[in-house]
Amino acid sequence: MKKQIMQGNAAIARAASDAGVKVAAAYPGTPSSEILRDIANTYPEIFSEWAPNEKVALEVASGASFAGARALACMKHVGLNVAADPLMTLAYTGVKGGLVILVADDPYSHSSQNEQDSRHWTRFGKVPMLEPGDSQECYDFVKIAFDLSEQFDSLVLVRSETRVSHSDTVVEFGERVEPAEPAGLDRKEWQKYVMVPMNVRAARIKVEERIRKLEAFADEFKHNKMELKDTKIGFISSGVTYNYTKEIFPEWSSLKLGMVWPLPKKMIAEFFEKVEKVVIVEELDPFFETEIRAMGYKPFRGKDVIPVMYELSPDIIEKALKGNEYREPETRVKPEDLPRRPPNLCAGCSHRPLFYALNRLGAFVFGDIGCYTLAAAPPLSAIHTTVCMGAGVAQAHGAMKALGKEALGKVCSVLGDSTFLHNGLTPLMDIVYNKGNATTIVVDNRITAMTGQQEHPGTGFTIKGEPTYMVDYEQIGRALGVKSIRNVDPYNIAETMEVLKEEMDKDEPSLVLCVDAPCVLLRREKKQFEYTLYAIDEDKCRGCKICLNINCPAISWHEGAGESTDGHKRKGTVRINPDQCVGCRVCQQLCKFESIKPVKKSQ
Amino acid sequence: MNENEKVTNIFLSGVGGQGAILASNILAEVFLNSGYDVKKAEVHGMAQRGGEVTTHFRFGKKVYSPLIKHGDVDFLVSFELLEAIRYINWVKPEGRVIINNQMVFPPAVNLGLREYPKDVGETFKKYFKGNAYIINGQDIAKNLGSLQSANVVLVGALSSFFPGLKEELFLEAVKGLLASKLHDLNIKAFYEGKKAMERKD
Repeated sequence: MKKQIMQGNAAIARAASDAGVKVAAAYPGTPSSEILRDIANTYPEIFSEWAPNEKVALEVASGASFAGARALACMKHVGLNVAADPLMTLAYTGVKGGLVILVADDPYSHSSQNEQDSRHWTRFGKVPMLEPGDSQECYDFVKIAFDLSEQFDSLVLVRSETRVSHSDTVVEFGERVEPAEPAGLDRKEWQKYVMVPMNVRAARIKVEERIRKLEAFADEFKHNKMELKDTKIGFISSGVTYNYTKEIFPEWSSLKLGMVWPLPKKMIAEFFEKVEKVVIVEELDPFFETEIRAMGYKPFRGKDVIPVMYELSPDIIEKALKGNEYREPETRVKPEDLPRRPPNLCAGCSHRPLFYALNRLGAFVFGDIGCYTLAAAPPLSAIHTTVCMGAGVAQAHGAMKALGKEALGKVCSVLGDSTFLHNGLTPLMDIVYNKGNATTIVVDNRITAMTGQQEHPGTGFTIKGEPTYMVDYEQIGRALGVKSIRNVDPYNIAETMEVLKEEMDKDEPSLVLCVDAPCVLLRREKKQFEYTLYAIDEDKCRGCKICLNINCPAISWHEGAGESTDGHKRKGTVRINPDQCVGCRVCQQLCKFESIKPVKKSQ
Repeated sequence: MNENEKVTNIFLSGVGGQGAILASNILAEVFLNSGYDVKKAEVHGMAQRGGEVTTHFRFGKKVYSPLIKHGDVDFLVSFELLEAIRYINWVKPEGRVIINNQMVFPPAVNLGLREYPKDVGETFKKYFKGNAYIINGQDIAKNLGSLQSANVVLVGALSSFFPGLKEELFLEAVKGLLASKLHDLNIKAFYEGKKAMERKD
């Protein structure tokens, strides 16, 4: 078979197909999002879907498993928290068709709200976990995970992380398993699947028996690999951390754990016997180290020198373990002196005028996870909390209950359309039910934007691009009991401010929907602006900088003392980059001196 | 003695939308098809929103880590001046540097709060005497008819450091990774990039 270079996530998708998966479900989350996209685009034999959240994704997959089909659920680390409820009980029911959860961690929190170590879920849930370290292992381990799932009647977790999911390394494919026809649902198996107390207690015994069997298996598992070279020092590691360690210490011995739970106890004992000094190199928490110390072994080095947070890398390991031998590179320029390049809302994004309006109103804004979180930074400075999906809706309610009437007009929550469907409906229902008065603003940009444009129940399309029923947010709001529902066009700042003020002042629950405001990168719903380009009339610009408050990437400040033609002294002028401007007209609404005008875009 | 010593490290940096990822995909195809082990890691979580994009690209007989060690870069290829100077300390003293002569202002510069670094090219020339190449990829690409092809101009420039690699592999990779209507343009861009290197020194 020809070797290919492939992203870890693409290799996972291919493995799902080659393992005969019939159903795959996910909610997008970096760094896991490409898996379901690739499955939907490349492997039509798999039924694939974007679920409204990870809990639903796992529940869909488990239903397929109970019917006897192999099924995959994919999510990022924080998504596994959402799916924890079914996870913990599916550990009891076991499976029929192989059931695998692919969870992708994000050490260093490149694009996440925390930096948790998903390995804890495997111990907590008493289910096995595999951890690949490159694309080849992504492919191999996902296939193995399905076999193990059926062999041990257990849900199996496969843990990837940013550096494995988003690295491209060489892969050779193995044999494809033809998917078996699902065995079907069997009513006689109700005691296995109905977790009422009587059945739970029986299943509880099975859970313990299973983990003991898996422990024994771990000692035989060929991807738990002992490489004995020079035995003065040996490293215990897993996943990409193994590759970093090999990079720095190719000459020493190594125990690479392909299965990170349960641990191969005999193998670990043997390693401690054969190797003089054992060093444990693991990313994030001292998961192996805690367990290995609890077995009675004393590692030579571990989290005493290896950082317990952020992402590891070869140079961090080298610095930690070689100390003085590590050669610091020459500092030619201090990078901290350079301007940073943080992500920013796109030119023409509909969130920019909305958050500008909220800033002007002085509102405290309970936010959510999505592109709009970027509005927290100055100069927009209009998001004041971000915890998890749906949290802001409930938090605004809680805060207003705590503050009483004095909070009226000052508090709201903002969340995106996908986020609203993920977990915003339940807290909105709560606000109505518990006689709250919070205002919930849904920025409907008609796509799951932050993770790279994935469909959801509000877009009218499935993962395959097939038209489907489109959720009507207004109807949902009414069904939940919200009486005050308003539509606004966020590109009209004055009108938006007026509506927001009215709704936030009301002593009742409000739902504000931003309409006709699709993501500007979304080609399908390309927003039509009256003009496609605006420009600065430099004769009129007074250099007041008000237009800079929206932080549009197309607008920049250019120093240079002078005066406008009407005789106003200025220290510089602004300019609009014609390559970036899309004509949203937001800046024009801010300019008091009529120096921003539409022009014809020359191609 | 150390098999890792044979690994070559190429670091690509740029701004979201400049095509750094595509450029690294072309390199991956070329070196894989030349018989090397290849690993590549990208950081582009929020790049669509104008953030930084970096790619670690490594090839050799056997590559373990997808990440390059700080200070171990053999070739720095940057699509933008600020994103070049940001990684200057990553390059080995004897490393080589190819920089696209383009400026994309980050928010703090747009807002007039920070200054865009001056004399980036000069700084590189000072530290990497004779090994720093500033390419007008933007102008070259513009002359060819599409700004988008500046990334392939840089790939062409980089290719001149690997005379042993078959040129057809680069052309095949361009054809394999781009839509057919873009083939001619990008193949020209590749050769223009190569030529731009000849003009130096």
